[in-house]
Amino acid sequence: MENNNRKAWLYLLPAILFMGLFMVYPLVDVFIYSFEEGYNSASQTFFGTGLYNYSYVLHDPYFLQAVKNTFILVIITVPLSTGIALLISVGLSSIKPLRNLYQTVYFLPYVTNTLAVGLVFMILFKKTAYSDGLVNLLINLFGGSSVDFIDGPYWAKMFVLCFYTIWVVMPFKILILTSALASVNQDYYNAARVDGTSKLRIFTKITLPMISPMIFYLVITGFIGAFKAYSDAVALFGTNLNAAGMNTIVGYVYDMLYGDSGGYPSYASAAAIILFAIVLTITVINLLVSKKHVHY
Amino acid sequence: MKVVLQNLTKKFPNRNKKVQEDVVAVNDFTFEIPDGKLIGLLGPSGCGKSTTLSLICGLQKPTSGKIFFGDDDVTELPPENRGVGMVFQNYALYPHLTVKQNILFPLENLKGKDRLTKDQMLEKAHQIAKLVQIDELMERKPSELSGGQQQRVAIARALVKMPRVLLLDEPLSNLDARLRLQTREEIRRIQRETGITTIFVTHDQEEAMSISDQIVVMKAGVVQQIGRPQDVYNSPVNLFVAKFLGTPPINVFDGRVSGGRLYIGNDCVMDVGGVSDQDVTVGIRPEGFVLCENGPLCCKLSGVEVMGRDISIVSTNTSSLNPTIRSIISAENEVAPDAEIVRFTLKPNKVFLFSKADEARISFGG
Repeated sequence: MENNNRKAWLYLLPAILFMGLFMVYPLVDVFIYSFEEGYNSASQTFFGTGLYNYSYVLHDPYFLQAVKNTFILVIITVPLSTGIALLISVGLSSIKPLRNLYQTVYFLPYVTNTLAVGLVFMILFKKTAYSDGLVNLLINLFGGSSVDFIDGPYWAKMFVLCFYTIWVVMPFKILILTSALASVNQDYYNAARVDGTSKLRIFTKITLPMISPMIFYLVITGFIGAFKAYSDAVALFGTNLNAAGMNTIVGYVYDMLYGDSGGYPSYASAAAIILFAIVLTITVINLLVSKKHVHY
Repeated sequence: MKVVLQNLTKKFPNRNKKVQEDVVAVNDFTFEIPDGKLIGLLGPSGCGKSTTLSLICGLQKPTSGKIFFGDDDVTELPPENRGVGMVFQNYALYPHLTVKQNILFPLENLKGKDRLTKDQMLEKAHQIAKLVQIDELMERKPSELSGGQQQRVAIARALVKMPRVLLLDEPLSNLDARLRLQTREEIRRIQRETGITTIFVTHDQEEAMSISDQIVVMKAGVVQQIGRPQDVYNSPVNLFVAKFLGTPPINVFDGRVSGGRLYIGNDCVMDVGGVSDQDVTVGIRPEGFVLCENGPLCCKLSGVEVMGRDISIVSTNTSSLNPTIRSIISAENEVAPDAEIVRFTLKPNKVFLFSKADEARISFGG
């Protein structure tokens, strides 16, 4: 028994070392930095300890803007992308011909290079000296006036960011949901048909509960992913997100560490811990809600 | 409600694209199921019995032929308009709903004037639950039920809307042996009490024989024989039916008819009047053997199994087409365990002759 225990620990050692070194230690470190005022990573010195970092971050207008942006992004993109993905998946699984073709088309964004995607969005939205972008051409066609989606009003920029995010996360959700739908035993549908169940009722009473664990998984990972959004905003609006007013919380953390206003690891740590608290809270709420509505 | 099947045929396109020929799952099935009877569709796997059930249910459309419920032509109707109840092989109970919600489900689908009030629905659900004896389990989820209980819930769900026809797909295959015995009695009882015409599919001949009013034996999409279980057992139309029914299975021999006498090997075993001289396949039911000191059929004894009421004699014969011959005789007979050979006379009504050419039965006049 004793021997076995020792062996077990030995086998676990690589994983424990790896996790401890690259996950637990940095996490603890960040937590500590967030309470150390003016920490300097070069000289390893700080002035004092306390909640000053948090107070600074929470009063920083850039941070508040980032929090606002992130929340808008999360609240819009997670339900929309999951809902649209569900509709597309249900559509996909109810057609026979060309299903594989459509599945491939919908999955393409997932395997496409981010830069290529950025280029596509540029063509769609960016206003240049030569062209107003495809979307503006469409707006003009219907009698509207051009909108600058990249450097223009806040709502236009937010729209592009949400659109881009939804478009990028969609393929994975469709992939998961189509396989979840395919794994529902056909007999349930047959039984429902024999009992004269309407299409809508089959969907809400059978399909949805059956795939609810997968939907729940997508919502949780969607929330977490959206809270950590950063690269999408950079791809669209460039690195100076604060100036564009499109920063996200992770973007703020990055800027505090390395950006133009960089060199403030303490503030960055405090912001990171705040983000962690937000994500944790939301996830716990999700779990509580799912206990009531998700069937396993 | 009587159910009439008229020249029912179902073809599936061949999976193997190189072969143009369609797969015929059900071939020209014509049968009238009388009102209020329990019918067993019986056959080895892949014989088209489940397809027949799907056709009656409406989940699949026949390639040709017609289906009538009473006088209504339901061939083109979708399943929901046929008024059928179906119990699936795996029961297909909705796992996220309680037993009560499962049973209520079909009632909640009703619309317009058929729709009942909440109280009426609950009352109906309780009635049906009482009938199948699950009224204690109404608040449980299917995963908290045993196989037999799930089976009952599935039957209750199929019955609650009072279908014109009840269909059961391999209803007992997911149950253990003891429960199977019990449940098949239960199905019989429920069917009698409700009087609903019931069709069930099984590959287990014992199951079909024990509870059906009539059985339909199928092979490769073609109906072989239809009749009361005992009639089919006592006079099978061909070798396939004879082999398929009965446990232990029928013993099959190579035989020869010559001058109105039946020979197995060199033993002249009995008179068969009116049969022309030819080679035949002989089927003898295990209970068709009578132990007799100077009986005509001589077999090498390889073992005796005592099973209480009966004894089963296992022997071999060079003309036998099965590796061993199994005969069942009353336990009052004594067989010396060290005997080398056993001799039998045969009961003529337990001996069947089949043509070598097409395996059809050749009748003989005792």
